[in-house]
Amino acid sequence: MSRNIAVRESALCVRALHVGHGDRAILRGLDLDVAEGEVCAVMGVSGAGKTTVLRVVAALQPFSSGTVEIGGVALQPGAVPPESQLRALRRRVGVVFQSHALFEHLTALENIMLAPVHALGQSRADAAATATRLLESLGVSARANAYPRQLSGGEAQRVAIARALAPNPQLLLMDEPTSALDPARRSALGESVRVLAAQKRGLLIVTHDVEFARSFADRVVVLSHGTIAEQGPAIEVLTQPTHDATRELLR
Amino acid sequence: MIRIATRVLSIAAVLGATWACAKPPASSTSAVPTSTEPLRWGGDAEGGAPFVEADAADPTTLRGFDVEIATMLAQALGREAQFVQVAWASIEQSVARGDFTIGMSGLEDRPALHERFAVSLPYYEFREVLAVRAADSARIHTMADLRGRRVGTLGATMAWEMVLAAQSTHGVVPVSYDDDVHPYTDLASGRVDAVLLDHVLAERSLRRIGGFVIQPEAVARGHYVAVLAARDSALRDTVNATLRARMRDGSLERVFRSWNVWDAQQAAFQQQVLRDSVPSGDAVTTGRDTATSIATYLPVLLRAAVITLLLSVLAMALAITIGIGLAAGRVYGAKPLRILITAYVEIIRGTPVLLQLFVLYYGLSDVVRLPAFAAAVIGLGLNYAAYESEIYRAALEAIPTLQLEAARTLGLSELQILRLVRGPQALRLALAPMTNDFVALLKDSSLVSVITVVELTKQTAIYATNAGSWAIPGALCALVYLAMSLPLSRMARRLEQRWKIA
Repeated sequence: MSRNIAVRESALCVRALHVGHGDRAILRGLDLDVAEGEVCAVMGVSGAGKTTVLRVVAALQPFSSGTVEIGGVALQPGAVPPESQLRALRRRVGVVFQSHALFEHLTALENIMLAPVHALGQSRADAAATATRLLESLGVSARANAYPRQLSGGEAQRVAIARALAPNPQLLLMDEPTSALDPARRSALGESVRVLAAQKRGLLIVTHDVEFARSFADRVVVLSHGTIAEQGPAIEVLTQPTHDATRELLR
Repeated sequence: MIRIATRVLSIAAVLGATWACAKPPASSTSAVPTSTEPLRWGGDAEGGAPFVEADAADPTTLRGFDVEIATMLAQALGREAQFVQVAWASIEQSVARGDFTIGMSGLEDRPALHERFAVSLPYYEFREVLAVRAADSARIHTMADLRGRRVGTLGATMAWEMVLAAQSTHGVVPVSYDDDVHPYTDLASGRVDAVLLDHVLAERSLRRIGGFVIQPEAVARGHYVAVLAARDSALRDTVNATLRARMRDGSLERVFRSWNVWDAQQAAFQQQVLRDSVPSGDAVTTGRDTATSIATYLPVLLRAAVITLLLSVLAMALAITIGIGLAAGRVYGAKPLRILITAYVEIIRGTPVLLQLFVLYYGLSDVVRLPAFAAAVIGLGLNYAAYESEIYRAALEAIPTLQLEAARTLGLSELQILRLVRGPQALRLALAPMTNDFVALLKDSSLVSVITVVELTKQTAIYATNAGSWAIPGALCALVYLAMSLPLSRMARRLEQRWKIA
């Protein structure tokens, strides 16, 4: 765990991020960095603002002030811009939703091929080859022609990961990826996450799974009431907590 | 437009009068205490003067020569006349059902009537006359002069049967109307080339509308009669005695004179009636047995079914296309557009499709003169588009937001999301309600007979009037409708099943 963060390229750089909802502050001046090849776990009790961070970075939710920069693409405070102005960002950021959000009317393979064909203009043959390779690497190639409702929770998640990876993003966001997995599947997912990091991707993973974060994240950021309570190397933070919010997580 | 409004108002007034019920026609209030229950008689006030119409000064009372004759008949029985409103084409069926005792409202005598009903003496002789535009008056005198031309008349009448007969003998094009006003307005505006109807109706329209001439030669002669149920033949004999007495004492003549429908021909006709040498009318139809009537009408019904199906398919295609546009506008559009679309949907859903068809076909005829079939397709299409758009809107809104967000994070444009993710799934959800709507449209298409399109139900009504019974025509018609709608529902269910597995 002695990776030198300073010399690596930044995959995500967030400074002084404020997000309000009505007169309630959800995030209050958050600074957050994810380097290429780094797995960063965002933790915290419910309502700490974990998911909000993820949605702001994915340009699904507006923010009031601060800066968000993803591989040279900056997001501005205020309303989320139309999709036509988000092309560059969409290519760089992939999102895996907690409930997978697969397109119910398409097969696993078609789910993965949709963006490469229609958003990136790849040929169907190329997109299918990439999709098949991704499914193989995640161990679900046998389910390529199944529809989402025919997939188990673990299979659906791997298809969702493959779908997010198909446009080859530099930053991958995952929301509570272990919530529906048994222990065996959880470590398999952890291995996949490490492989993705080894491909020089940055990973920002929102989770409340302490065991998962300790085993597979490089760094942990603990949020409390919209600011960072504690952050540092995963093993350190999650074995010798210095803040009440972290202790509460470990309890 | 104004005509439609007044027409709707007058129908409403008459319905009100019927429900309010107690009020007998004005002239009967004078004398005769009612010893027994009132004499219920049925007619159609939509037929208007001089037969039966709501009094313009007091819409709750009725006037017309049929009203006065009914009052005469009731007085002779020492009873009060009580009017029951019924659609003209259903008068006989209502008598058979026992809704009222006597049906009379310009009812035409024809042989088939005598097989099932106790029919009164004829009390008036009418002439079927041709009305044509003044420019054609030198050229068109008979049906033979109308080859290839459009001839309008009231559906399910003696005149309709004559026009149908002329279709095969002289190649005229029959156009069926549900009322006796629009044939003449359409004649004046050029939608039809001639109208064949009773001279009473023709002369009335000439006074009111104008713009055409009535050819003096009678194409045929017929008689108005009162109809009673077969079991009431004794009462019918009393009615006949009263009619004879009123012919003798001249009071019937006075009634007709007061309504401007008396002429020398009527005097001669009454003499014949009193001498018991009733001249038979020129009715085209003769009694047919059931098997022959089915054999004759089945092909006609099937042809009408093709019209119904074609009309429904085209109207539905239009409704789907416009409905998708409306739904997309309502889900994605700016606020002014959303308000506009909501207003359209609410106006269309909040008013009867019948009214919309009238406005489209007759109300706008000064601006755009649509052919009847096109007006029917557009009218039903625009109406159903409002319902379809609500289905699509609900279906679009039922697609989980998370899927739409997932599609956005993948870099798809809003249009691509609609086309590739939201639309296809919404379509699957919309399929079942759309099938329901199509089956409903198939049946609602029967409404277009008010704008002269003869489809399955209208054809059945014509058949039923001719056969004097709804039993067989109704059953055949139902079978044909089911043959069209059942396979459709089945197909939709299959498709739904297939998508459910997916």
